[in-house]
Amino acid sequence: MSAEDVKQIVLDIIADVAPDEDLAELDAGEPLREQLDLDSMDFLDIVMELRKRHKIEVPSEDYGHLASLNSCVSYLTPKFA
Amino acid sequence: MQTDFDSIIIGAGMSGLAAAIRLQMFDKKVIIFEQHSISGGLNSFYQRRIPSTKGINQFDVGLHALTNFATKGEKGRPLTKLLKQLRLSYDDLSLQEQSYSLIKFKSEELKFSNELELFISEINEKFPQEADHFQKFLKFINSYDELSLNAAYIPSREILRTYFKNSLLIEMILAPLLIYGSAWENDMDFSQFVIMFKSIYLEGFSRPDGGVRTILNLLESKYKELGGEIKYKANIEKIIHHADYSDIYLSKGEKYTTRKIFSSAGLPETLSLIEEAPIDQNLVGNLSFTESIYITKDKSFLNKVDPTIIFYNNSDEYSYQKAEDFFDTRSAVICFPDNYDRKNLLGHGTIRLTNMANFEQFNALDRVNYLAKKKEVSLGAKNILKTIFNDSLPEIIFEDIFSPTTIKRYTKHFDGTVYGSPLKIKNGKTKYKGIYIIGTDQGFLGIVGSMLSGISIANLYGLMESE
Repeated sequence: MSAEDVKQIVLDIIADVAPDEDLAELDAGEPLREQLDLDSMDFLDIVMELRKRHKIEVPSEDYGHLASLNSCVSYLTPKFA
Repeated sequence: MQTDFDSIIIGAGMSGLAAAIRLQMFDKKVIIFEQHSISGGLNSFYQRRIPSTKGINQFDVGLHALTNFATKGEKGRPLTKLLKQLRLSYDDLSLQEQSYSLIKFKSEELKFSNELELFISEINEKFPQEADHFQKFLKFINSYDELSLNAAYIPSREILRTYFKNSLLIEMILAPLLIYGSAWENDMDFSQFVIMFKSIYLEGFSRPDGGVRTILNLLESKYKELGGEIKYKANIEKIIHHADYSDIYLSKGEKYTTRKIFSSAGLPETLSLIEEAPIDQNLVGNLSFTESIYITKDKSFLNKVDPTIIFYNNSDEYSYQKAEDFFDTRSAVICFPDNYDRKNLLGHGTIRLTNMANFEQFNALDRVNYLAKKKEVSLGAKNILKTIFNDSLPEIIFEDIFSPTTIKRYTKHFDGTVYGSPLKIKNGKTKYKGIYIIGTDQGFLGIVGSMLSGISIANLYGLMESE
């Protein structure tokens, strides 16, 4: 799966977890938390959706890798391989 | 029939339904056991036929107000978080805001609304020496981490006295927060105080169009849409705790096995299902209430009362404790639900009045004396209403009174306690592995608080699998 596909998967999940957020202007290199109103509960939902939809496990010690859209992509792409 | 679950939720109230939705959303095998025949727990509903009109009237129990008002999508607000976590739509709640509320003591009155400016200007005008202190106090409140799951009990009065010199103002600030959530007599834990302060004074009151049923219907249909199951009239006989799982026995003899239990039954109530030993009475809360509900012929009385809720106290000292003599008419909370939606002036009106009460005394009455006592409760309530309406009561076509024993019957809370045990289990853990406390006895307050309680504890132990 390409990095672009993984990025779209993450964006789709964020759109469902935080439906009131505008994702169009998102800077992929900047932390998600600083651009969107996401708290630890929302990050839990992103992790849970990755497991539910794509059978991808993100152990809690790896949550830091989900900080920005780019870091999500580089962390998750190998897991989709 | 399936009898083996990842999680069993005890109680289909706000916290139980919220916890169940979270777990069901991520494919856990979940079931809710509810002892009553409908959902809601402390915030439920019933209906009565009104003899004079033969119409059916719906009554809410609990919910005078939904605290924690937020506008749609308002960032960082508990209500916004809760809707996101449960994937519910703000618009479906159809919230109607309060007009304003009134703290009415013997020698002073303070208004507050969903705009903090009103409360600030009232304090500036009526307690000018405290105006700066109030600003400092607001800063302190905003910086306080009230949601820490490990905080110790700090009495609120102690902290309030370091900010304010005027004891009347302290009493008036405390009154709504105590009566809307404190499990402790005359004081409350400061982190709970901050939760209540924010939810009432900084965020405010609203009510879903349709009352408590609107919220319960949303929760229930979300849960069912996800495939969740609720078993009503499920009376739990006992819980047998094993190292890695528990067995739950229902009174009809059915046995269920589960890895985790999320109980909203209350702390001593949950322990009593697990342990044979008599329950430590210190764990049982003292606060219970009577409520007098009146249906009026029409809504013309709204011309005389603007507030949605009045926190009434007939002196300048607020006594928040178990009534010494059945019920305490020195103070009351009076709710005028029609003042949420002032556009609709047709039909009957509703007035609800809550007094602090004494469970043991009501519980000791036989049927005849109990009914007579309820009449006395209503007379007391009407006398308070007369002071609000300058002696001319609206025309009442129906009244219903419930007491601490009614609360016990429908919620099974020991002693009919409404705000639960004075011991709150903030991290939700009991000494039994896999058995967790959600709802009032976990310590988040109000309807929004109890849903967040169910969500947080289910997230932590049900989804993240912390131990």
